[in-house]
Amino acid sequence: MTGITRAEVAHLARLARLELSEDELDHYAGQLDVILQSVARVSEVATPDIPATSHPIPLVNVFREDIVQAGLDRAEVLACAPAHQDDRFRVPRILDEE
Amino acid sequence: MSTTKSSAVDVIPFDQALADFEPVLGLEVHVELGTQTKMFCACPTAFGAEPNAQVCPVCLGLPGSMPVVNRTAVESTIRIGLALNCAIASWCRFARKNYFYPDMPKDYQVSQYDEPLCSNGYLDVTVQTQDGPQVFRVEIERVHMEEDTGKLTHEGGATGRIHGADYSLVDYNRAGIPLIEIVTKPIVGTGALAPLVARAYVTELRDLMRALGVSDVRMEEGSLRCDVNCSLNRPGDPWGTRSETKNVNSLRSVERAVRSEVERQAALLLAGGRIIQETRHFHEDTGRSTPGRSKEHAEDYRYFPEPDLVPVAPSDAWIDDLRTTLPELPSARRERLQQEWGISAFELMSVVNAGALELVEATIAAGVDQAAARKWWTGELLRTANDRQVELSDLPVTGEQIARIEALIAAGSLNDKLARQVFEGIIAGEGDVDDVVAARGLVIVSDDSALIAAIDAALAEQPDVAEKITGGKFQAAGAIVGAVMKATKGQADAAKVRALLLERLGVAE
Repeated sequence: MTGITRAEVAHLARLARLELSEDELDHYAGQLDVILQSVARVSEVATPDIPATSHPIPLVNVFREDIVQAGLDRAEVLACAPAHQDDRFRVPRILDEE
Repeated sequence: MSTTKSSAVDVIPFDQALADFEPVLGLEVHVELGTQTKMFCACPTAFGAEPNAQVCPVCLGLPGSMPVVNRTAVESTIRIGLALNCAIASWCRFARKNYFYPDMPKDYQVSQYDEPLCSNGYLDVTVQTQDGPQVFRVEIERVHMEEDTGKLTHEGGATGRIHGADYSLVDYNRAGIPLIEIVTKPIVGTGALAPLVARAYVTELRDLMRALGVSDVRMEEGSLRCDVNCSLNRPGDPWGTRSETKNVNSLRSVERAVRSEVERQAALLLAGGRIIQETRHFHEDTGRSTPGRSKEHAEDYRYFPEPDLVPVAPSDAWIDDLRTTLPELPSARRERLQQEWGISAFELMSVVNAGALELVEATIAAGVDQAAARKWWTGELLRTANDRQVELSDLPVTGEQIARIEALIAAGSLNDKLARQVFEGIIAGEGDVDDVVAARGLVIVSDDSALIAAIDAALAEQPDVAEKITGGKFQAAGAIVGAVMKATKGQADAAKVRALLLERLGVAE
């Protein structure tokens, strides 16, 4: 009943910034379709009065008090980045997508 | 990037636009909460810290880190919802909004999607019209929680903008600061008042946040930001395509942004053009906007429930408890002050519109009569602020200083004209009231002989005036009084000069 089209896979790949070849699109569309069909079988036993589960543990209201704690050392953090400059993370040129 | 070029004029006058079209507005306001720590981690939120000095594994999106919700942020949001007459959700979730942009290191922003914490409220705002104050009910669609993003600086190229930049630098101090988004339902039926209603709404919201103590709501620091959605349609037609104007960074600009967008869209439509759904960028200096991202293709953020955070389910008891913490709200406060000061609704609106309510209140608290406090703030000082294109509250004038000036006026050593010079000096940074008075030598000439000498000199220059006055034309005295005021550089008491003049000529009114 669900299924996924090749066009949808291409769209998702673009959103996820994955470059897929034509062959790969066919390949993944087929694989994803099988996965979705399998998962869809859950819907066959779930009636409309059963809400979709987003959290496996039935917990609510897990909060933290508004009290400052020490973060990370900046020099250490920046050292982990591929590039930095003037105490900021340096990232490659941002391209317009349109 | 697509821009629609109009072959005709770029804008037409606002009144002309309103003759053919009705505006529909939608306002999205973002408020940074004034919590001590971020939304999902214990990093501090202070403005103006060194870049990346307020970061941790959670707000840097490091693998394995887990977010935990700030209780105070949830409480602040519920209080905002209650103050805006919203329904508070008994159960709601956070959601991931996925996108690729380095302002968030995780490649997603934690927000709320179809389950906002607060929904369906309203805020009444008052605007001044020719027929007196008019109340508009702005309906609130939703109030939801999310996290603010980091700050990018684009380097290289000539403009400092994203286009043409060679690379960008990122500061994640702001990433993760609790951000509340307040979205209105479409605001219709405001007609020519649309720019004023938009401004009044954001102003009222700002005052409300301030009264609640949930944010410092400083537009210039970005803790209150407004996006203006606007469309036009001909009366009776369906609503038009809307644009979204961002970078609207002052209350004044909220009004200007609406006005400018109405003028632009009307010109385009009248020229046979088409409005495209796009994000526009407002420019404070020109008061106009330029096109940004086209939104013709709806963005696909692939929202899904945030698996790392459990739902928020405020109990009725908790909500009731928070309701008791609500302070006197701005509308109730205005009503009370109007009564306390014994002024009309119109007079109060003048104070409110000038952004002077708190300033006048502080001035009265400093011992100044309410009429005098209102007179200075909505008169001379408002003119000065407008000339400088700043808000009244940006002027370095305090209620105590006005109290001192009023005391000097009462003692007869200053008049209103000299007082204006004192304000000028204070604003120019020449020091406190007494410093300016001393440095500029501002004092009323009360020495009768000096005034009489000036009167005689003026009479000698305008011999015909004396004749008119003695002949019963007392209004002619103004010419002499004016000349004496000029000769004394304004440092004389006009009423006294007039009395001395009449006495000198031996006439009485």
